[in-house]
Amino acid sequence: MFYDIFIAPFVDMVEAPDFLMQVLWEGLVSGILYALIALGFVLIFRSSRIFNFAQGIMVVFAALTLVGLYAMGVPAWICVILTLGVMFVLAVAIERIVLRPLVGQPDIILFMATIGITLFLIGFGEVIFGGENKVMITEELGIPTGSVLLEPFGGLLILEQKDITAVVVAALLVVGLLVFLNRTRMGRAIRALGDDPQAALSVGISIQTIWVLVWFIAGIIALVTGIAWGARAGVSFALEVIAYKALPVLMLGGLESIAGAIIGGLMIGILEKLFEIYWGQPLLGGNTETWFAFVLALIVLLFRPQGLFGEKIIERV
Amino acid sequence: MFYRTAGQFKTTYRDDQALFPIRQDGVLVGIFLILAWAVLPFVASEFAFQTLLIPILIYSLAALGLNVLTGYAGQLSLGTAAFMGVGAYACYKMLTIMPWLDPVIAILLSGFFSAGIGVAFGIPSLRIKGFYLAIATLAAQFFLVWLFEKWAWLYNYNASGAIQVPNLTSVAAGGNYVAGPLASSLTQYYIVLGIVTLLTILTINLTRGTLGRTWKATRDMDFAAELIGINLMRSKLSAFAVSSYIVGVAGALFVFCWRGAAEPNLFDIPLSFSILFIAIIGGLGSILGNYLGAILIVGLPVVLNTVPPALGIPISSALVEHLNLMIVGGLIIFFLIVEPHGLARLWGLARQKLIVWPFPY
Repeated sequence: MFYDIFIAPFVDMVEAPDFLMQVLWEGLVSGILYALIALGFVLIFRSSRIFNFAQGIMVVFAALTLVGLYAMGVPAWICVILTLGVMFVLAVAIERIVLRPLVGQPDIILFMATIGITLFLIGFGEVIFGGENKVMITEELGIPTGSVLLEPFGGLLILEQKDITAVVVAALLVVGLLVFLNRTRMGRAIRALGDDPQAALSVGISIQTIWVLVWFIAGIIALVTGIAWGARAGVSFALEVIAYKALPVLMLGGLESIAGAIIGGLMIGILEKLFEIYWGQPLLGGNTETWFAFVLALIVLLFRPQGLFGEKIIERV
Repeated sequence: MFYRTAGQFKTTYRDDQALFPIRQDGVLVGIFLILAWAVLPFVASEFAFQTLLIPILIYSLAALGLNVLTGYAGQLSLGTAAFMGVGAYACYKMLTIMPWLDPVIAILLSGFFSAGIGVAFGIPSLRIKGFYLAIATLAAQFFLVWLFEKWAWLYNYNASGAIQVPNLTSVAAGGNYVAGPLASSLTQYYIVLGIVTLLTILTINLTRGTLGRTWKATRDMDFAAELIGINLMRSKLSAFAVSSYIVGVAGALFVFCWRGAAEPNLFDIPLSFSILFIAIIGGLGSILGNYLGAILIVGLPVVLNTVPPALGIPISSALVEHLNLMIVGGLIIFFLIVEPHGLARLWGLARQKLIVWPFPY
């Protein structure tokens, strides 16, 4: 038993380094997508204190809209632009209809409202696009679908080109967001609203504009995530579960920290893959990915309630 | 006029703190109890029992359990369905190991297992709170459902991976079948109603007593509660225990007196959310709200399924399901905007109006 848990997995890792690298790569790809979704959460939470449960369904909704528009015969790139338009309309609608009347309510009420949005969008999406599984229009968007073969340590490492594209695009998006938040007027306004809403309001920052803006950015992130994940697993409402994966990332990284979301996402992506392959499948019957991230985050929080990167100032105890 | 309180004088503190300080409240509750115990069972059809009466009672019991934790003690939980699952599986295993056990007793005992698990997963609440705790309860949700799937001992190594309720007789039902295919809906209804009534009375009194007040103090401002000498650990963990007990019993009833069989994914996250909605739409921190919320959430799909065909509008069942989701989502937002305190508050306002009517001064 002791050998199975503490020694055998590491022996396996050393004996087949190419397989280990394959596992790490898979983990990295899902990790970067978790990080992206978590980033959407963090942006909205920082600027409005809303814990946006609808981020997951926004991913599904964006992907469905994209595929649905393409099925209607619209050229692929115009589909992307139109989908961005739809996400913008969605952001405005959410701000107008749901959030504006609820300004100043307790956090839990706003959280519930986002669950309401989630249910509504699930129903709405299924009525319009149907509930069946769809194929992401990967090739039509110009994303390469081949794979790159590497041979480290005399083994074989397969990198799917669409995964590489996803990683590169996600990295660019993260860098772009950081630049936007730190270097532009709008970005500063978002951070100001997060730091001190009343002071921000008093210097003339419009809360409505910022809310529409952050929900739109979350929509863009949702579209990118939807394309990347849809290319891997098809477009269906099952995609929504990856949004749950972003939650332990937030616990680990802290609800406010952008760096935390990125590093936490990568950590969880890689660790859950490692655990699943080397411990979960041989010892626990597999499919441990559904809960591993949560339990990991729970254990970390028991010893470090502020999370790995959370500011001490956040009162959580 | 109908709710006139004039003339009802309270001369002692005991009177003032009574369960029904206003006589009409007591009368109203009495009417509903008579309706539930003596009228509905004899007019309801088999369809009404299976799609409305029994599920409404079970869902409201689960929401009551959640409400103890979230509404009274202020600890947001997203893992309700998993604790229901613990109750159901515990009941199933107890009856497998001890076949002589009366199923009603087993159902009531199974709550203790989920209470134990609930306390274990409630321990993080001592370190984290708010949304962080909500995410932590999701750990329970995903881990336990995974366990139900993988731990074959729990479902007696059935090839299907599901638990199948056998035919069981109970002394409480006069030796009639209470679970399994042979049980009649009427017996099951009375068993469910009996347990729900019992637990509701217990919960009402718990929330009115010392324990309930420490919960409310913890919810309203935890550090102030600590300063006036409330042991936060005891308060939070007891809320987790009581809540999980009720939820576990609801889970056992859910499988034994209603569904008849259960697969692990029955206890997946959508069930947790349905119960959370019942508690929220009904009103957090109220007992009445659970019943109103359950009537709405359980009744709505039935209405949507039966009304359009009755009006001659052709509508597919898949579309009904989707429209149902949209309507529930919209309703949640609507209720949050109109009345964040839920249906129970709406009743409270109406009652206040009735008391002063027809002279609003």
